[in-house]
Amino acid sequence: MMLGEACRADFPILARSVNGRPLVYLDSGASSQKPRQVLEAMQRFYERSNANVHRSIHTLGEEATEQYEAARDAVRGFVAARHRQEIILTRGTTDGINIVAATVGRTLRPGDEVIVSEMEHHSNLIPWQMACRDRGAILRVIPLQDGAYLDMEAYARLLGPRTRMVAVAHISNVLGTINPVAEIVRQAKAAGAMVLLDGAQAAPHLRLDLAGLGCDFYVCSGHKMLGPTGIGVLYGRLETLERLEPGVGGSEMIKEVWIDHAQWNDLPWRFEPGTPPIAEAVGLHAAVEYLEKLGMDRVSAHERELTRRCLDALAAIPGVTVYGPRNPEIKGAVVAFNVAGYHPHDGAALLDQSGVAVRAGHHCAQPLARALGVTGTLRASFSVYNTAGDVERLAEAVVGLRDQL
Amino acid sequence: MSAVQYSDVIRERFRRPRFRGRLEDATAAFEDVNPLCGDRIAIECRMEDGRLADARHHGDCCAICGASADLLIEMGLGKTAEELSRIGTPELLERLEADIRPTRLKCVTLPLTVLHGALTGRAVAR
Repeated sequence: MMLGEACRADFPILARSVNGRPLVYLDSGASSQKPRQVLEAMQRFYERSNANVHRSIHTLGEEATEQYEAARDAVRGFVAARHRQEIILTRGTTDGINIVAATVGRTLRPGDEVIVSEMEHHSNLIPWQMACRDRGAILRVIPLQDGAYLDMEAYARLLGPRTRMVAVAHISNVLGTINPVAEIVRQAKAAGAMVLLDGAQAAPHLRLDLAGLGCDFYVCSGHKMLGPTGIGVLYGRLETLERLEPGVGGSEMIKEVWIDHAQWNDLPWRFEPGTPPIAEAVGLHAAVEYLEKLGMDRVSAHERELTRRCLDALAAIPGVTVYGPRNPEIKGAVVAFNVAGYHPHDGAALLDQSGVAVRAGHHCAQPLARALGVTGTLRASFSVYNTAGDVERLAEAVVGLRDQL
Repeated sequence: MSAVQYSDVIRERFRRPRFRGRLEDATAAFEDVNPLCGDRIAIECRMEDGRLADARHHGDCCAICGASADLLIEMGLGKTAEELSRIGTPELLERLEADIRPTRLKCVTLPLTVLHGALTGRAVAR
């Protein structure tokens, strides 16, 4: 299978026009498009096998269960986890972080510390604010350095005997910075703290090796990695999951229930309360298979090349400011920028007039926007189906912004 | 589509706003934020004999929001608080002469909320 032009035919939506121009979709960081393989897998599931999972004693229920659990195995392979018990299927990255915050939150004591960073998406900030508020714990923040990186010296100073959790992004959803997660995990482990990595932007872009990385938790979303909305992955290291009491309850996560207490189910179901997103899991399975056929190393190389072209093209346009690392080797498939004199929302609306879809605003990272001294930015992000031609169309449209307002 | 989103009215108000700035002798002021985009706009007003004698807007907002605030003040000058409260989204949309998408409607209505806040004497937000 090929990337870029060669795989565009798999994505039906890319054939459409927007405002009279062929669509250039550069908002995959917010939500990627879905290949036919994913759409067909979900359609097939609903037409052939739809039923609830795990306790349905009939053919459809068995098929649904088989397909749901097969999705878990596919994800385990994709993220290189050691055990299938480590793969918890969630509703998305935000849901995964909230499950961890509720679960770990129960164990926080007054004065305990949770470390986040200034570049976090609100989804990896608010749940920790809430957990700290509820338990009298203290939120510590790794500051931004040079407008692009985590201040690792500050991080080393923040770690201490009271640090219980370090929760940081693998790749910043605005700056694109690929954070030094191996070093972050190493230092946190040395301090006796748990680590959660927000992989929402990384899972679609990098080959993951979670067993090797050694983090306690890793979260990502299906819909940013060619899969459907409403499903995500929470990886939990087996040794960590085994010693945690679940923080969210409901059906499916129990083995036996009495009126005043219950016995928890085995892993991973212990952390999957309620009917799971079954068709979505089937869709995610197809998405993961699609990415694996492309090869994640090739996906990274392809997107890195687009990022490099985008950085070069934007740098050549007067009045454009680019944020985050300028070196594509340490940058994900995300380029945030501003155009002098244009509010990001006006810029995005005018680019849309040319059929170019980019994101605009604070990208759910207001503390980061504040640190950068902006209300918001424009953001182009890339996926497997984007081409050098898409970057050229973006650059043309940005040049064309001049005199439009 | 009968009109464009960035009409001549919006572009003109963006390039040459007539009421952007501060009011030294304001008798009422209010500021609010659009939670969708983080934009904020403040309106400062001077009421004389029960009528809007002068007003200015300032803040960090998009062209549509700025144009809406600028037009709103122009439409409101000389009006009583009661008359001002009757200016609504339809009146503003008519004056903007633009095809405002649903996702940007809040950009039009934020100045209305802010003016209303100023007139009803709510404490200045944030």
